[in-house]
Amino acid sequence: MADLSINFAGIRSPNPFWLASAPPTNLGSMVERAFDAGWGGAVWKTIGAPAVNVSSRLASIDSGALRMAGLNNIELISDRSVEVNLKEIYACKKKYPDNAVIVSLMVESNREAWHDIVKRTQDSGADGLELNFGCPHGMSERGMGSAMGQVPEYTRMVTEWVMEAAEIPVIVKLTPNVTDIIPPALAAFRGGTNAISLINTINSLMGVDIDTFIPHPNVNGKAAHGGYCGPAVKPIALNMVAEIARNETINVPISGIGGIATWRDAVEFMLLGAGSVQVCTAVMHYGYRIVEDMIDGLNNYLDEKGFASVNDIIGLSVPRVVDWSDLDLNYKVVANVDEEKCVQCNLCYVACEDGAHQSFEFVESNGKRYPRVIEEECVGCNLCSLICPSPGAITMQRRDDGTNSRTWRELEENK
Amino acid sequence: MSGTDRNHLDTATIEENFAEINPAMTFAEAAAEAHRCLYCYDAPCMQACPTHIDVPSFIRKIATENLKGSARVIFEANPIGATCARVCPVEVLCEGACVEKTLLQRPIEIGRLQRHATDHVFKNNISVLKRGEPNGMSVGIIGSGPAGLSGAAYLAQLGYDVTIYERKEMAGGLNTYAMAEYKIRQQTSLEEVGLVEALGVNIRVNTEIIRPDAESDEAKEGIVFDRLLQDHNTVLIAVGLGQTNRLNIPGESLKGVNDALAFIEQIKTREWDSISVGKNVVVIGAGNTAIDAATQAKRLGAEKVTLIYRRTEKDAPAYDYEMEIARLDGVEFVWQAAPAEIIGNGSVSLLRCVKTDGSGESLDIACDQVIKAIGQSRMTEFFTETCGVNTDEHGRVIVDEMMMTTRPEVFAAGDCVSGGADAVDAAQLGKKAAAGIHNHLAGVYVDLPGLY
Ligand SMILES: Cc1cc2nc3c(=O)[nH]c(=O)nc-3n(C[C@H](O)[C@H](O)[C@H](O)COP(=O)(O)OP(=O)(O)OC[C@H]3O[C@@H](n4cnc5c(N)ncnc54)[C@H](O)[C@@H]3O)c2cc1C
Ligand SMILES: Cc1cc2nc3c(=O)[nH]c(=O)nc-3n(C[C@H](O)[C@H](O)[C@H](O)COP(=O)(O)O)c2cc1C
Ligand code: SF4
Ligand code: SF4
Ligand code: SF4
Repeated sequence: MADLSINFAGIRSPNPFWLASAPPTNLGSMVERAFDAGWGGAVWKTIGAPAVNVSSRLASIDSGALRMAGLNNIELISDRSVEVNLKEIYACKKKYPDNAVIVSLMVESNREAWHDIVKRTQDSGADGLELNFGCPHGMSERGMGSAMGQVPEYTRMVTEWVMEAAEIPVIVKLTPNVTDIIPPALAAFRGGTNAISLINTINSLMGVDIDTFIPHPNVNGKAAHGGYCGPAVKPIALNMVAEIARNETINVPISGIGGIATWRDAVEFMLLGAGSVQVCTAVMHYGYRIVEDMIDGLNNYLDEKGFASVNDIIGLSVPRVVDWSDLDLNYKVVANVDEEKCVQCNLCYVACEDGAHQSFEFVESNGKRYPRVIEEECVGCNLCSLICPSPGAITMQRRDDGTNSRTWRELEENK
Repeated sequence: MSGTDRNHLDTATIEENFAEINPAMTFAEAAAEAHRCLYCYDAPCMQACPTHIDVPSFIRKIATENLKGSARVIFEANPIGATCARVCPVEVLCEGACVEKTLLQRPIEIGRLQRHATDHVFKNNISVLKRGEPNGMSVGIIGSGPAGLSGAAYLAQLGYDVTIYERKEMAGGLNTYAMAEYKIRQQTSLEEVGLVEALGVNIRVNTEIIRPDAESDEAKEGIVFDRLLQDHNTVLIAVGLGQTNRLNIPGESLKGVNDALAFIEQIKTREWDSISVGKNVVVIGAGNTAIDAATQAKRLGAEKVTLIYRRTEKDAPAYDYEMEIARLDGVEFVWQAAPAEIIGNGSVSLLRCVKTDGSGESLDIACDQVIKAIGQSRMTEFFTETCGVNTDEHGRVIVDEMMMTTRPEVFAAGDCVSGGADAVDAAQLGKKAAAGIHNHLAGVYVDLPGLY
């Protein structure tokens, strides 16, 4: 059994699995049930001046039989008063001293208001604070949420205000609705934050009912853009986490969020530099119980790989994320079809023919017609291996001998 | 055993006929099927499983490629989960309850997914259950079938020193000796026995529990029941059912008249050349054992197999899907006919029956082998005389809700309590007995996975 406990910027947690600030952390009783199910920590649903919410407020996109591959919401922060929330946080922390309770905050852009909420929240016994600079709808129109996270100067200013009053670790939660994640992350870092979490939800419009012409989610005939999350956003989140992790200036822990549903997702985030992970959509879909396999699977993985602690995997893949110009231009792979495993669907053939580099031909073998790769034509793009439905039928095989590595940067420098 | 001396098919054909009906899944197949599962909450499949395996949980673990965790979830709720994956009547249990049946007419293949996960740990020699800290107490178990193995697995995990006494040469009970060869190989049952042994359970084969005055078989060690009570803190009786019932009609001792259990036990050896099967076989009875005997006789090369039953088709105790297998194998059925006499000169040549449809007509069926499958007797005498426990009017051991018999310190589980059910039911009763024993000896109520 590997050690799953973490110390994230001073916040201790029995495992790296936290609930993200969202409906699953609305109430004290919910957070307590989540801890009973095994969640190591929870970021409380954002508190501040109570919001008024609309109905309906969620919409989603399916992928084949998988429902809710992506989820979108137009919900605001907690609709319950700060007092009520803090009372429940106090009671929850008393009952679960070993679990991490982090409270997400959002108030108007005013130094006193931030000082006030930070102090009151600290008194509740919370282990940490998360500043919600990421909500992309409703709150942003009031100068809060992503309106703050999208302007580095504001991010830094508010972070500084919070750090003046904070006695417990502070995490700044960033919005992905920016062209480059580094400036806001740097601003939070320079503002003195103890950690960064990301991503919050992505601006999106989920679709339109083509019979009624009403976009989703329908609020009395109209809809507004909302925040996108769930499995579909994972690659975007991974990229942003990795960008911050490999930035040489920013060296605070990162809490990874976005599309995490299994232990495997969590491992990927951690390999790319996350020190903890947060989950919202997967829990909204299947319930708190999913954490059992996350813990079990992570444990088995660490044991199998021979890691004594989950902390040993944090950032292992970061050095392998580089700029394009640092990739080896002489690395050469080609596709190869294993006729034993090929089911003759010929999807590789058509994909390459019409979507890549016309590198397939048909050959007769054992009385069947198989696609075969013409190696001289193959550029090694991966497309055929990505679409092949039969596992292992197409492998990408190395053809260079590895002795002659050359990057674009080197070529430019030697010009 | 006799019949005609050789079967009529070549080995390759027989091997083909005995191919597994629920073969292993490929990795891709299992992944696709696991992703199809809805991961229901408080799932119908889980409720329908007598051992209440957390089906959605083990399937999700297959989807996340946590096969070790998946197998753990299975074996924690059912120590014979690998056997059950192959022999359970899933159509009337988990798969019958799966919501996909209402949604898509095609339930999730829970049995084969269960096999996928359990195969993984056998293949890679991974242990998923842990022996408990020794608590200084010991339990003796009579019988190494599903009930005995299940009880042993839980007791060992709870820290008991467990010894199983088994009179046969190999452990596993009917899992090893009776399950249709196209469902499960002996190998799997024995691998599962290994899982229980790995928990520190000591299995003494060729060891029979006997009455003080009984003559012991030479090949076997005989131990009297009361000796067990001296050697252990408590005893669990898990001996299953007795011999196949006799027909009690003339001609029963003719050559070619066989007992279904003995016939099937021979098949389990896979020594095809030494198995005697007739050209023209009659099977008497219409329970699952009769069906298994009939289909396997056919698969061994019998040209004609006729199954006769004294009541109507809808009274037949076999599961519908089992009947379907027999039908597809070309087995013929004669309903409402009771055997009256077996006729032959040295060996059987004719079965004379009397119709029970009210006509009283007589019916002769020519045959060269008669297989009796009219149910197994209850070992009433063993229970009352040897073990000193009471039985009910059907010869079943009487137990309370903690599986304790009328004799304090003595527990019972499995077919000897239920009167005969499926392997999974015996496993669940074994689990209940382990909880009952722990409650009795340690005074602790333990909520074993899937106990209720
Ligand atoms: C032909 C046949 C086919 C079946 N097919 C299926 C199937 O496909 N699916 C399914 O779910 N169920 C099937 N069953 C039912 C299933 O096998 C039983 O329900 C199950 O094995 C009962 O388990 P048990 O542990 O109570 O008894 P058993 O499996 O009968 O085990 C009892 C053990 O106790 C030993 N024993 C008995 N007396 C003594 C003694 N005095 N001393 C020492 N050892 C002793 C026996 O040798 C035996 O090993 C089948 C049964 C038969 C007969
Ligand atoms: C309905 C809903 C409400 C949310 N509310 C908040 C919130 O109050 N504060 C916050 O910081 N993030 C909020 N989020 C964003 C999540 O915390 C999380 O960052 C996002 O959903 C990405 O993670 P996921 O892909 O696991 O869902 C909300 C998300 C959803 C779906
Ligand atoms: S999920 Fe619950 S709150 Fe939401 S619409 Fe359905 S019943 Fe109402
Ligand atoms: S896509 Fe894969 S399975 Fe289909 S023809 Fe190509 S190699 Fe064969
Ligand atoms: S009922 Fe069917 S779909 Fe639902 S959890 Fe069970 S196997 Fe999966």
